[in-house]
Amino acid sequence: MADLDVTPDVTARPLGDPLVVLSHVNKHFGDLHVLKDIDLTVHRGEVVVVIGPSGSGKSTLCRTINRLETIDSGTIRIDGTELPEEGKALARLRADVGMVFQSFNLFAHKSVLENVTLGPTKVKGMSRADARTKATSLLERVGVGNQADKLPAQLSGGQQQRVAIARALAMDPQVMLFDEPTSALDPEMINEVLDVMVSLAREGMTMIVVTHEMGFARRAAHRVVFMDGGQIVEEADPETFFTAPRSDRARDFLSKILTH
Amino acid sequence: MTDDSFTDDSFTDDSKGEPVHQGYLDDVSTAFADYDVLGAFWVNIQLTVYAGLIALVLGTVLAVMRISPVPSLRWAGTTYVTLLRNTPLTIIIVGCVLGLWGQLGVSLGTGFQQNFFRLAVLGLAVYHAAFVCEALRSGVNTVPTGQAEAARAIGLNFGQVAGLVILPQAFRGAVAPLGNVLIALVKNSTVAAAGSVAEASVLMKEMIENRPDIILTIFVVFALGFVVLVVPIGLATTSLSRRLAVAR
Repeated sequence: MADLDVTPDVTARPLGDPLVVLSHVNKHFGDLHVLKDIDLTVHRGEVVVVIGPSGSGKSTLCRTINRLETIDSGTIRIDGTELPEEGKALARLRADVGMVFQSFNLFAHKSVLENVTLGPTKVKGMSRADARTKATSLLERVGVGNQADKLPAQLSGGQQQRVAIARALAMDPQVMLFDEPTSALDPEMINEVLDVMVSLAREGMTMIVVTHEMGFARRAAHRVVFMDGGQIVEEADPETFFTAPRSDRARDFLSKILTH
Repeated sequence: MTDDSFTDDSFTDDSKGEPVHQGYLDDVSTAFADYDVLGAFWVNIQLTVYAGLIALVLGTVLAVMRISPVPSLRWAGTTYVTLLRNTPLTIIIVGCVLGLWGQLGVSLGTGFQQNFFRLAVLGLAVYHAAFVCEALRSGVNTVPTGQAEAARAIGLNFGQVAGLVILPQAFRGAVAPLGNVLIALVKNSTVAAAGSVAEASVLMKEMIENRPDIILTIFVVFALGFVVLVVPIGLATTSLSRRLAVAR
């Protein structure tokens, strides 16, 4: 777990209208009921951290929001629009929802710069020159500006993940999803990624973050959502959740990860 | 029977103006001088290049159909591959020439030679497209699922995901199996003989009929001709597949 200073400077900001609204969302993998009647509302500018034991459905929840996973019942709305089934409308919506994966998933055959310019040029029809300018400034912002011409495989995990964040930001998303963004990283690289995420949160980005980084949750999150067995068991602001969890399951989970 | 019959003619004196029986090597060289062996192999090379290009395009389309999210396209692609891959090439070529042209009157060119050549190219192409499709699909399997997910997540549509992210990596992962298809195609180009195309194996048969005294040599020369064509392809694809491999 990363050692970040605990100053909830982000959370004082007032929140906007509901941006991501999940209601009565259910999903099965065969016989396994992975999401059980999930209700979750994330407001514009809000940073929500989703934590829970593995297999609790938190990654699946994150992936349903841009329909990388389909749902069996319930609705997911983004900025008032229900998620389209397939096709152009879904592609358009995905362009508005940035996603950062646990395994980075940078396009392995393209340079770092091309990874970031691909979306703006092909989806938004931006000119190559504009996309390049934008990508360069984003890469600078996440601290990998000098790696633009390398291939992803030539970068460290932390650098790759920061490029992945820049790639998502290049689409000017309304909301960013982070699916365990630091879980595949060596410990010394976790902070460089978390720092970028904290600065994003400070700038007012709406973020849904699946993570085990309690330091990040305390420092940047408005709200912690605790999941177990496919359900949202508890929701609270980070301070309340970490110091006085209400449910036994949350207490049990925290005792296992916070003891050392 | 006299002792003379055991003497080697080639050692006899030439002065009487009788036809001289030359040595074996001379036999071979006169035989090969009478026939256009390189021209015959050139036909095989042309068959391979044209059929290969068409098969590459068609096979790519089939592979995209087979990975597409549209069930009817997937079904059509699978059915094509199952039918064409499991039909003997000879039957496909005969079907093209005798079926398409002989029965249905489909003509792809002027004159018998051009028409038969093009029909044979068609037969070779549709057959090998099924194998190109499968080679490409094996290449698609070398691309982690996360690549497609990341591509979809930035808003690319299916065509863009396939064309910009999946296929470029799949081709690079499929160089070796695609090379194998090309090698098979070079050798299978001899099946065009079944469609009355005068290529190397037809010439070989003709030479053997006319010069039964040097059958083995004729056979070895033609066999080596194909080895010479095929070996560089194998070497090139092996080194290309190493050079083009996507670093992950």
